[in-house]
Amino acid sequence: MTDNLHDDLLSDPVGDNQPPVVSVSELSGDVKRTVEDKFAYVRVRGEVSGFKRAASGHLYMALKDADAVIDAVCWKGTAGKLDMQPEDGLEVIATGRITTYAARSKYQLVIDRIEVAGEGALLKMIEERRKRLAAEGLFDADRKRQIPFLPEVIGVVTSPTGAVIRDILHRLEDRFPRHVLLWPVVVQGTTAAAQVTAAIEGFNRIAPGGAVPRPDLLIVARGGGSLEDLMAFNEENVVRAAAGSDIPLISAVGHETDTTLIDFASDRRAPTPTAAAEMAVPVRADLIAQVSEDEARLTGGMTRLLRGRSQEVTALGRGLPAPRRILETAMQRVDDWAERLGPGLVRMLQTKREAVANQGHQLVKPDQYVDSKRRQLDTLVAQLSSAKAGSEAGIKRDLRDVGSFAGRLAQAQLRLRTTAAQQLESLAGLLESYSYKGVLDRGFVLVRDAAGAPVLSAEALSPGDGIALTFRDDGQVGATVENVGTGEGSPRPAAKRPVRAKPKKKPISDGDDDPQGSLL
Amino acid sequence: MANEKSGAEIPSDIAALSFEDALAQLEGIVRSLEGGDSALDDAIAAYERGAALKQHCENKLRQAQARVEKISLGADGSPETTPADAG
Repeated sequence: MTDNLHDDLLSDPVGDNQPPVVSVSELSGDVKRTVEDKFAYVRVRGEVSGFKRAASGHLYMALKDADAVIDAVCWKGTAGKLDMQPEDGLEVIATGRITTYAARSKYQLVIDRIEVAGEGALLKMIEERRKRLAAEGLFDADRKRQIPFLPEVIGVVTSPTGAVIRDILHRLEDRFPRHVLLWPVVVQGTTAAAQVTAAIEGFNRIAPGGAVPRPDLLIVARGGGSLEDLMAFNEENVVRAAAGSDIPLISAVGHETDTTLIDFASDRRAPTPTAAAEMAVPVRADLIAQVSEDEARLTGGMTRLLRGRSQEVTALGRGLPAPRRILETAMQRVDDWAERLGPGLVRMLQTKREAVANQGHQLVKPDQYVDSKRRQLDTLVAQLSSAKAGSEAGIKRDLRDVGSFAGRLAQAQLRLRTTAAQQLESLAGLLESYSYKGVLDRGFVLVRDAAGAPVLSAEALSPGDGIALTFRDDGQVGATVENVGTGEGSPRPAAKRPVRAKPKKKPISDGDDDPQGSLL
Repeated sequence: MANEKSGAEIPSDIAALSFEDALAQLEGIVRSLEGGDSALDDAIAAYERGAALKQHCENKLRQAQARVEKISLGADGSPETTPADAG
């Protein structure tokens, strides 16, 4: 610093007032000493920003306010002993010293202690965390489990020393002694949150039926303290462990007025550890009284029921008439009828006997019956013979009538026959005069085709057809058509014309003949 | 009637009940018997069940031994218990 030689050589025009020239390292070293002397112990208030926990375990962050920012570091050895975990946005008061980092022309605060800057800031941080976790649904009502009515095993997460566990055990003893598993943890300081988290998760990991019984209820408890003292129960990992616990969990942290975030995540919040024990178990003496009262009511109810039924039976029994009385009446009726039975029989026999006598009088003797029948028979015989005589005379008269009818029938027959013969003869003549044979007598010929039907037109024939010709003397000639024309063969049209009418008459005159048969 | 039943006579379905459920069933039976309008056979069966439920409840109430153990973690990190005298 007092290198006057250099100053002279540079011959600065300012003269003696000029500061000496120093190297960067010298200057930095000077600054470092000055700064570290001046700021060996400071308390600075600011908002944490850019918080980061390095793999080495050192904590890096910046503290800032509206106009300035200063880097800060908390070495690993100190970081484990901090009362609270810094986080971004948290207003803190950091205690430590300023150092410089000459290689980068930087200065920073080395933190020895850190505390939240006043309750307001801490509460604000907690409230913001609460809102964030609530938005995640961690505090939803439908996540809450029912606290068992009478848990068998209760897991307690708290400090093994101190009033809290004693209060809980005493109150359990008063109400209903239970099997308690105490998971010892520190409830304050930076390791508290991790230990409480591990305890809640550890209890949940215990499998049912193992060497260590699985609790069916958890109590996480801590006595009263300052807001900072209770901070472990506001830590996010603790809150998440409580919300994620499968075992129903009662939180009892601090006094009634203290509310920590675990209270939002637990299934029930007890204002004090003692109250948690009260929520955990019912009062045994009350239950014994209740069961014993139930037993008395059970027996009483059953007794009353039986007595009632018994009374009903008795009452119904009274309604039944006495059996002797039923018997007496019956016996009286038997006697009555028995008395009437003897005379009744006698009277009946008498009646029957009289009836028999009456019937006997009306009986007809066999010979009388035969006589009457014989008389009827004689009458019938007489009637029969007179009827026979009458019918013989009638037959004779009928025979006479038959003789005269026969004569009259023969005469009538003769007359009819004569008349019929005359009619037949005249009809035969008439018929003969109409016959085609008359035409044949005049030299015409009848032409028939192979089926015997008369041929009326040359068109009906084709060359090679067989035809039959009939002459006057019924002589038959077979022929074959050679050719068919209209202007030729003058004898044929002449023969055909008269034939047209003939076939109609033939069936009338020669009804019995078969003209087809004779042609063939 | 047979008030002094031993625990072994409790039907298994009742033995499996929690105290709360057993108590609730017992009270249901008491109320229905007090109603007095159940059939006699049903009432007898209900009574017997009620007596067993009561016995089960009493057994549960008798199991009221305070036992306090402290959890410690074994070498493999699994929890072990040691008797604790925190009273």
